[in-house]
Amino acid sequence: MSVAPLESYMRKTDALPFCPGCGHERVLKDLDKALVRLQLDPKQVVIVTDIGCIGLSDQYFATNGFHGLHGRSLTYATGIKLARPELTVIVLMGDGGCGIGGAHLLNAARRNLDLTLIVANNFNYGMTGGQHSVTTPLGGRTATTPGGNAEGPIDLCAAAAAAGASWAYRGMTHDADLAERIEQAIRHPGFALLDVWELCTAYYTPRNEMNKREFMNLLTSSGMRSGLLVEKRGAEFGASYREWSKSVTPPQPILLKQMFASSLDRQIGIVIAGSAGQKVKSAATMLARAGVISGLDATQKDDYPITVMTGHSLSEINLSPTPIEYTAIDDPDYFVVISEEGLKKTKKWIGRLSEACVLYGDESLSIPGTRARVRRLPLAKLSKEAGKLSLSTAAVAAIVADGKFIEPQALEQSVTSFQSPKVAQANLKAIRAGLAALGQPASA
Amino acid sequence: MGLEFIEGNEAIARAAVKAGCRFFAGYPITPASTILGNMLELLPPVGGIAVQAEDEIAAIGFCIGASMAGRKAMTATSGPGISLYSENIGLAIMGETPLVIVDVQRQGPATGSATKGADGDIQFARWVTSGGLPIIALCPATVAEAYELTYRAFNLAETYRTPVFVMSNKEVSMTCEVVDLDSIELPPVANRPRPLEGADYSPHQFRRLEEVPPVVDIGDGHATRYTTSTHNKAGYLTADPEVIEEMVEHYAAKIESVADEIALYREDLQEGAETLVVSYGVTSRAANVAVHHARAKGRCVSSLVLQTLYPVPQRILRRAMQGVRRVVVPEMNLGQYRYEIERLAPPGVVVSGVNRMDTTLIAPAEIEHRGQLS
Repeated sequence: MSVAPLESYMRKTDALPFCPGCGHERVLKDLDKALVRLQLDPKQVVIVTDIGCIGLSDQYFATNGFHGLHGRSLTYATGIKLARPELTVIVLMGDGGCGIGGAHLLNAARRNLDLTLIVANNFNYGMTGGQHSVTTPLGGRTATTPGGNAEGPIDLCAAAAAAGASWAYRGMTHDADLAERIEQAIRHPGFALLDVWELCTAYYTPRNEMNKREFMNLLTSSGMRSGLLVEKRGAEFGASYREWSKSVTPPQPILLKQMFASSLDRQIGIVIAGSAGQKVKSAATMLARAGVISGLDATQKDDYPITVMTGHSLSEINLSPTPIEYTAIDDPDYFVVISEEGLKKTKKWIGRLSEACVLYGDESLSIPGTRARVRRLPLAKLSKEAGKLSLSTAAVAAIVADGKFIEPQALEQSVTSFQSPKVAQANLKAIRAGLAALGQPASA
Repeated sequence: MGLEFIEGNEAIARAAVKAGCRFFAGYPITPASTILGNMLELLPPVGGIAVQAEDEIAAIGFCIGASMAGRKAMTATSGPGISLYSENIGLAIMGETPLVIVDVQRQGPATGSATKGADGDIQFARWVTSGGLPIIALCPATVAEAYELTYRAFNLAETYRTPVFVMSNKEVSMTCEVVDLDSIELPPVANRPRPLEGADYSPHQFRRLEEVPPVVDIGDGHATRYTTSTHNKAGYLTADPEVIEEMVEHYAAKIESVADEIALYREDLQEGAETLVVSYGVTSRAANVAVHHARAKGRCVSSLVLQTLYPVPQRILRRAMQGVRRVVVPEMNLGQYRYEIERLAPPGVVVSGVNRMDTTLIAPAEIEHRGQLS
């Protein structure tokens, strides 16, 4: 069945709403001509606009329309195009949108998703009273530059090109071939920008001399060029994303089955205070998992500075034979300090510890006065026996041997079942060193 | 599946995928970043798309576009990002766009403490955008609930064509707990309502104000329209006060009319209790311990734990407050949800808060003593 070609993609409604002489009408009509040449299914075309007089445009087309927030049209267009790559997505922005949405413009150019952006550039904000925009020429008089614009204009095409745009064109509404250029832009398989200079007869032309000749003068004075300025092939983002993501595989869940018993009859809190690089977090997770495979409930949270490779590293673990409600540890049962940084971070806390707590550390650390029972943990010896990276694991093994709240075998299982063979081997050695580390009873 | 030891953010990401989420865009921010990290790994293998945007405004913009083009979408951030989402959340309300927004709350205001927990965004979620129209907000207390409520958030977003907040907290999102995700009971996956075949289509068609308009996604056979500006049912700009009024009443009615129907909560009321504790989120866990402790001492105390914060489950709150003399509301903020309870409390009932906003959890003993539970 042959279908009669569409003669227009515009709705047969009232006249367009633009001021007499405004360039927007020409932009819309040339966009319509381009769509007629392309003969796309209107239901597969999306026209996305944002705020400004040009933002009124989408509702005059019989395609899909989306009218969004000022300067954000490229973001909706990106979501639509990623969700449905088969759609043709055309964005209409004003020069105002290029200011407030400048980051989106640069990133759309960089990303090279297959979108077409037409900037209806009339050098000022027409909708709000003729204020200056990022494209207002130097010296231009606007509602907000009564003495003339002291800021230079941005060269949208050069900026987009610098960001990596694969297609950029600068033209004027006077150009006879604007419709063809728009068609070319839509056909381009990547991000395409048309910076179309036009007149704002309501605000800009009454205050400034602006016409075809002045456009040419402006090109010269601003050092900008017109015509097709960039045309190159680049990897289209959507296609690249789909290709590259084929190699992404989700991590396999680590399942924990009960294999050991625990004699623990109440919730206990364990704190490990060390430094970045001491694998405190991993040792804490090893302990928590050992608890879970011993039939206990467990929680873990960690604290470290934003600069993750320096400073303290603190982990808090709760173990309990019944479901854990409150996850903070206000009154720890076991407190292990394995580095000066860990000590510094927890000094105030150590000062508040009760007699019920056992604090593990050694004489290399100047542990402040505390009511906790202090046990000597030979850190240097452990570090040497276990390997520097496994000191936390050895320390955890030491308190398991001392506290007896889970079987030492549960720790070994936690290492062999859930860690890579290489890491597990080192940690098994550390566990053995830790289990043997404490020879004397806690001193009051 | 079996027991796992995972953090709340991983549970949120896995729930999203289970609920049918196939688009995620986010911007890195502690303590929400690991949701982005998880989604980047979980979505591609199921044909989904997960991207990091140039900023939060772009992240939610991508999601809104993708949702309107038919993909179930989610974004996740923390308080500073919610500030940047604000205007677009208004657009999502106007466009009746299904969207799940995870707010992993951290200590504010402004940059605050990036890695410390808080519940400081509770009223912020409700009044997040200009115009003051209602949204739905759920609040998990545990990793298991983070999973369940994120899944339910998608069903609610789709069913009611609205943004739905999951109000997590660093203390839930970045705490590892033991869960068996398969043992969590979930309703069937819900999808956005669709029009009857052959029917005339408008993106915002409704007869009764509370009716949720069926939707055809962009690219699915109708040229459709969305706009951030006041519009009629067909999505065309209007300045007609009668049309504007009808649309605004519709946006409100479709959410407020189902407040009690969609409310999720745990009620543990005791006959003759003089005190009721109303709590939510991670603080409800300390409240549970406090209530349990007070009861062990022979005191009669009722407890209501809310998982749905907005729309406010008014009937449920009123019922729970019947006959009590005091209501205690512990919160990790200076007292935000307490306002909702104060306005619903029967005359003579004293509503008081136990508040802490110093990044630490409120302890059970603090609720028990400052709340005078025993």
